[in-house]
Amino acid sequence: MTPDPMLARNLLHQMVRIRRFEEKSAELYSAGKIRGFLHLYIGEEAVAVGVMQALQPQDAVFATYREHGHALARGLSAGAIMAEMYGKVEGCSHGRGGSMHLFDAAAKFYGGNAIVGGGLPLTVGYALAQKMQQRSGLAACFFGEGAIAEGEFHESMNLAALWNVPALFLCENNLYAMGTALERSEADTNLVEKAASYRMAGKSVDGMDVLAVLEAAQQAAQFVRAGNGPYFLEFRTYRFRAHSMFDPELYRSKAEVERWKQRCPIAGFSARAISEGWLTSETIAAIETEVAYEIAQAVEFAEAGTLEPVETLTRDVYTARAQTE
Amino acid sequence: MNAVTAPAITTTYREALRMALREALQRDPRVFLMGEDVGRYGGTYAVSKGLLEEFGEERIRDTPLSESAFVGAGIGAALNGMLPVVEVMTCNFSLLALDQILNNAATLRHMSGGQFNIPLVIRMATGAGRQLAAQHSHSFEGWYAHIPGIRVVTPATLEDARGMLWTALMDPDPVIMFENALLYNLEGELAADAGAVDIDRAAVRRAGSDLTLVTYGGSLPKTLQAAERLAAQNISAEVIDLRTLRPLDMTTVLASLAKTHRMVIIDEGWKSGSLAAEIMARVMEQAFYELDAPIERVCSAEVPIPYARHLEQAAIPQVETILAAALRTVK
Repeated sequence: MTPDPMLARNLLHQMVRIRRFEEKSAELYSAGKIRGFLHLYIGEEAVAVGVMQALQPQDAVFATYREHGHALARGLSAGAIMAEMYGKVEGCSHGRGGSMHLFDAAAKFYGGNAIVGGGLPLTVGYALAQKMQQRSGLAACFFGEGAIAEGEFHESMNLAALWNVPALFLCENNLYAMGTALERSEADTNLVEKAASYRMAGKSVDGMDVLAVLEAAQQAAQFVRAGNGPYFLEFRTYRFRAHSMFDPELYRSKAEVERWKQRCPIAGFSARAISEGWLTSETIAAIETEVAYEIAQAVEFAEAGTLEPVETLTRDVYTARAQTE
Repeated sequence: MNAVTAPAITTTYREALRMALREALQRDPRVFLMGEDVGRYGGTYAVSKGLLEEFGEERIRDTPLSESAFVGAGIGAALNGMLPVVEVMTCNFSLLALDQILNNAATLRHMSGGQFNIPLVIRMATGAGRQLAAQHSHSFEGWYAHIPGIRVVTPATLEDARGMLWTALMDPDPVIMFENALLYNLEGELAADAGAVDIDRAAVRRAGSDLTLVTYGGSLPKTLQAAERLAAQNISAEVIDLRTLRPLDMTTVLASLAKTHRMVIIDEGWKSGSLAAEIMARVMEQAFYELDAPIERVCSAEVPIPYARHLEQAAIPQVETILAAALRTVK
């Protein structure tokens, strides 16, 4: 795939946005501004960016607890996400969710699921409702390869294929379920075959190459939109940072991490874009400047945000009905 | 209220549930039923018998034995404009879907800061008493009532079997409906024009003045029998059917207690950490000085439900044990 300069700029811009946002988040976590769990997406940016480029506004997106990148790529503002991690009312989940539970109804971004595999059945049901209501959008679900070991994965694949629902299953295979390597947890590490066993079409893709991701996601989305049923994509990727801020990374070697860093999706795409003439180094510098400004603004927005008064602690547990308790 | 009394029909709890499902399916195209064997088989307890023929496979949807996936799919469909009724064959199997119920259905609204609603109804059979032994005799309604974000209802009468479903479907939040399996064959009179009922208030099923018997679900018929026996001894028992276990209508419970000053709670759940314990605790907090005697509880024994009939019967609330507890209270 050869991108036009506009697309090339946009893809790089989105990946850089995520990278710098995550770097700032790590810094703010160390500074005590962000608490709870923080799972960084650094290294995996090409997956969220390439897939989102292939999706449309009428599609729904379900993601995991490592979802800052997906939220940003889907169009949530950096400020709303940062404010959420600050626990502020201005956050995209009004401070009730935090890093692992980013939501935005307007963007059809259904978060933010922190139980591994938990978003898969929701996606099947959402997609079923699309079909029953004869609506055109599909339901896209990101999940890690760790979810493959969950019963919910198998139940959901079967149900999606059985009911032929418009769902796109996007497996981000970063090789480790927290600290457990794929080959230490799966008897068969061929993930596409697992989908195929449910008669679901699928493909394995280089998740470090944003163009490969985009192309595969476009083809898969087209397949689903044409009413052919669900589609499974495996993206082979790698997280450069620890699982969370508490992870001492005892389970993988520094050499392995360094090897994968040589395949950095941002550095790789930048170099290729310059050599192919899609982008100039000036454009790339301009992207960095724009992103730095956006992140600074986001932090400022989060800092200036307000804390919800504790008097409203129990709001949004139930909807409208008055409670007798 | 309808001033003209409609003619009554003789029907069963099972048929009343089916009438409710049929009405919901007719009234709103967003409603659909899914679960294990709800279609061709006609429902494990025959509640949905005939609905497949009437409404088709799209809306009466048989599922594989994948509780987590189809309950989760119900949540996903509810997020996206539908009004799903998910039947989990029995509450015994609902633990396989507990993650979806607790971590998604009950929390999505809250953790999104109020952006989403889950107008989902999950129906499941509950209760012991049919010699099905330890894995098929659970009463988990009290467990589910522990969870903020869901509503728990326990229809115990024909009116409630007929009327709770529609109200539950119109609730923007998830509702779990527990149907005690011993009630399906309950027969009685039901107004021909019976329809939706409220799911906020407990009901006084029998008025009385000497003591209050608080119960719900499958224990209601036993409790009413016990009240009848007490009446023969000139003891006037008021029977309260909680109907909704979460949120609890303590107003009705406390109003009765203010009159009788004595209370027995009948709850088929295990006693430790039970719904009965919660009601006792609230009475202590809110009406301690109304009590003229310690509150008694009739719950299930602290044992996995045994198979042998005499042992099973000894493990769960019975008319005799309710009666004995009531007599201790008024002594």
